[in-house]
Amino acid sequence: MNLTLNIWRQDGPETAGRMVTYQLADVSGDMSFLEMLDVLNESLVAKGDEPIAFDSDCREGICGMCGLMISGKAHGPVRTTTCQLHMREFRDGDTISIEPWRAEAFPVIKDLVVDRSSFDRIIQSGGFISANTGSAPEAHSVPVEKRKADRAFEAAACIGCGACVAACPNASAMLFMGAKVTHLGELPQGQPERYARVVKMVAQHDHEGFGGCTNTGACADACPKEIPLDVINTLNRDLLGALRQGR
Amino acid sequence: MSETIPTVAGDGSIVAGLYRVGDPVEDTSAPAGPIDKKWTTRKFDAHLVNPANRRKLSVIIVGTGLAGGAAAATLGEAGYHVKSFCYQDSPRRAHSIAAQGGINAAKNYKEDGDSTYRLFYDTVKGGDYRARETNVYRLAEVSANIIDQCVAQGVPFAREYGGLLDNRSFGGVQVSRTFYARGQTGQQLLIGAYQALERQVAAGTVTAYTRHEMLELIVVDGRARGIIARDMVTGEIETHLADVVVLASGGYGNVFFLSTNAMGSNVTATWRAHRKGAYFANPCYTQIHPTCIPVSGDHQSKLTLMSESLRNDGRIWVPKRAEDCEKDPRQIPEEDRDYYLERIYPSFGNLVPRDIASRQAKNVCDEGRGVGPKVGDFRRGVYLDFTDALQRMSAEAVAEKYGNLLDMYQRITGDNPYEVPMRIYPAVHYTMGGLWVDYDLQSNLPGLFVAGEANFSDHGANRLGASALMQGLADGYFVLPNTIRDYLSHAPYPTVSPDHPEVVAARAAVQERVDTLLAINGDRTVDSFHKELGHIMWEYCGMERSEEGLRKGIELIRGLRAEFWRNVRVLGAADTLNQSLEKAGRVADFLELGELMCIDALHRRESCGGHFRAESQTDDGEAKRDDANFRYVAAWEFGGSPDGGDTGTPVLHKEDLVYDAIALKERSYK
Repeated sequence: MNLTLNIWRQDGPETAGRMVTYQLADVSGDMSFLEMLDVLNESLVAKGDEPIAFDSDCREGICGMCGLMISGKAHGPVRTTTCQLHMREFRDGDTISIEPWRAEAFPVIKDLVVDRSSFDRIIQSGGFISANTGSAPEAHSVPVEKRKADRAFEAAACIGCGACVAACPNASAMLFMGAKVTHLGELPQGQPERYARVVKMVAQHDHEGFGGCTNTGACADACPKEIPLDVINTLNRDLLGALRQGR
Repeated sequence: MSETIPTVAGDGSIVAGLYRVGDPVEDTSAPAGPIDKKWTTRKFDAHLVNPANRRKLSVIIVGTGLAGGAAAATLGEAGYHVKSFCYQDSPRRAHSIAAQGGINAAKNYKEDGDSTYRLFYDTVKGGDYRARETNVYRLAEVSANIIDQCVAQGVPFAREYGGLLDNRSFGGVQVSRTFYARGQTGQQLLIGAYQALERQVAAGTVTAYTRHEMLELIVVDGRARGIIARDMVTGEIETHLADVVVLASGGYGNVFFLSTNAMGSNVTATWRAHRKGAYFANPCYTQIHPTCIPVSGDHQSKLTLMSESLRNDGRIWVPKRAEDCEKDPRQIPEEDRDYYLERIYPSFGNLVPRDIASRQAKNVCDEGRGVGPKVGDFRRGVYLDFTDALQRMSAEAVAEKYGNLLDMYQRITGDNPYEVPMRIYPAVHYTMGGLWVDYDLQSNLPGLFVAGEANFSDHGANRLGASALMQGLADGYFVLPNTIRDYLSHAPYPTVSPDHPEVVAARAAVQERVDTLLAINGDRTVDSFHKELGHIMWEYCGMERSEEGLRKGIELIRGLRAEFWRNVRVLGAADTLNQSLEKAGRVADFLELGELMCIDALHRRESCGGHFRAESQTDDGEAKRDDANFRYVAAWEFGGSPDGGDTGTPVLHKEDLVYDAIALKERSYK
């Protein structure tokens, strides 16, 4: 198929960006979206143009490194990661716009590459269970109710890609936050730090410049790992509990 | 400890026109005594470091996967000053995350006869008796602690209704010792290590350098003392000095271009250390996985693994006649199909081990009987057919058991596996070779420790399923913190100034390489070289090797490497994010590693583990191991000048493998 691609080009964090139009011919439906960009880049280099910078690593939908706004949708028209989107989802003659994640807390580094280190700092603020190596009790000493273990697992599936932020009209990271708070808070091991955790994480979230949550649900719609929207309820409930305790 | 390993080349003569033989190498750091007491003894004998002194001691760790992330967190908790490096935008993205199956541990929760010894035995046997007994025993010994640690961190392992941990049997072993978190075990373990690491960043003991790539090792007075790294965002070449350096930078499967590795997985950290004197052990030991989704065209950038469990119910076949290969498989009648595994191996059928399934798939495709789209001259795929299973079990039952995998197949290929037979082809998955280390995981360069897939020590010539995660976390959480402590107890080592001639030289070498790559401005892209190298490696240093093929491979690689330095085109600037430049540096190192892999494969004139050597087979065409001549680790010393472009003549140091606790046996599947 032949495609028209409108792609965001930006030389660096401080420079202004612009949309640039490229024509790409003979795209196979078996290519992944990122392989389509690889092919475009090879042709750009052949012409002496600098290739388009974009992030990807595992290319099997689990590392969370890739992520593009594709014609206005985070990770594109199918609910999956950008690397798992295939060109058979598009038609000959389509025009596709490709932009980086758009959020103040994810500044652009170059072209389609953004800085998501704000997510790491949220985890640093409290997204962990304090258990020094060597201090762990025997694994079977604390049974975990299967219902809770399954709920923790469902939330722990988050890959930290940032699609929830990109899809949110407020650029809120509440789905990412809720996933971590739920994962750790459902488990008995996570109880001692449960309320302190949520307070610290929310403070860091706001400090990073993410927006507030207005429950639009756009985040959960875009999430390639199908993190359920109700993890945000869990977060709010824990936050309320923490405030009641005067934290 | 092992700080005085001789590096003198033997009698100086060149063997087979390719390498020299040097003095043997041996592990001198494992303590004497029975195998089940060695680790306890070693931990006790390791000196202590006063907590007040720890914050004055610094550790560089390259890589944030299971080994590197776990080591950074644990050494940070102990109070050392840790600098952690990764090329990704966050430590959480390291490729350990992609491991699906599970993690082994000798907990014996199922009371099915498992034990530390049995896990040790299975791992040594699975490695086809090419792994070091002492290291493997320790791995089995600490495996149970890993599960405890991960559970305490909140890793959501699968559980039974009673609330206890579930286990499954994995990789052909007869006990259920594999802990898992659906098909995302690697992800959950890595997030556990990542969170522990970020906790230490907050505590101020660990500094995380993301989007940083190590490009050179700094060696001063024979000790590893730091690295030169490039900030991939600003392009700045940075010097980082420390008392000890840990490489946990993963495997080198991407030398084949197409593999199940991440796009950025590379050999540069370990290869630069090799060029500075660290031995590279068993580089030819790679694992090839039989059930990957085949290549669909020249655009292909990576391969995706599907669980081998599919072979439990799927039947593998190709058409008997090459002229049928283009037909719709559903139109090919039963009598025109060749269920070749069932035909050649009637007792094991479709469940033969990975290496045999992989090799036979390549054989039938090389005969021209492959299926699927033509890529180059060949169709590279065989059918994995669920028709019988669908008739026997019902579509619902098949979906219950394999639904996730079949959906993934459909998403990638666009074919519906409930209607059309799937296509599979083998792909490079894991590399057992890596930098040589002793029992302490210290390389022959004092102060340089190597962990996880980056070292060679635990999997011999083939790795068992669910043991890569175990090794990464064993090394990171439990081994390195003890052995590094011992090394640091002799510190502080003399302060190295950033103006030290070795540091200045290392920086200059990195700068010069960057400048050279940008200045060549030839006709070919980096990827085109990488793809061509991958073809050479797959063809001549893949599943089946022969002396003739390997010699041809070496010649082709040398020619390609020369062309690379003459004709590669890297656009853009040095002082900005430049992904072509990053790739060019990695491919340049792969072009050197590939040659060493071929030399190692050529010198190892035996079939063992995942490797079939054409000159070493039984009368009925099966792999023939040669314990009399090759029961050793091949540790290669770099033969060229460390700074020049020439790789010189590598020097082989043999480490004799001693089996005291386990008797050597032969494999047979007929």
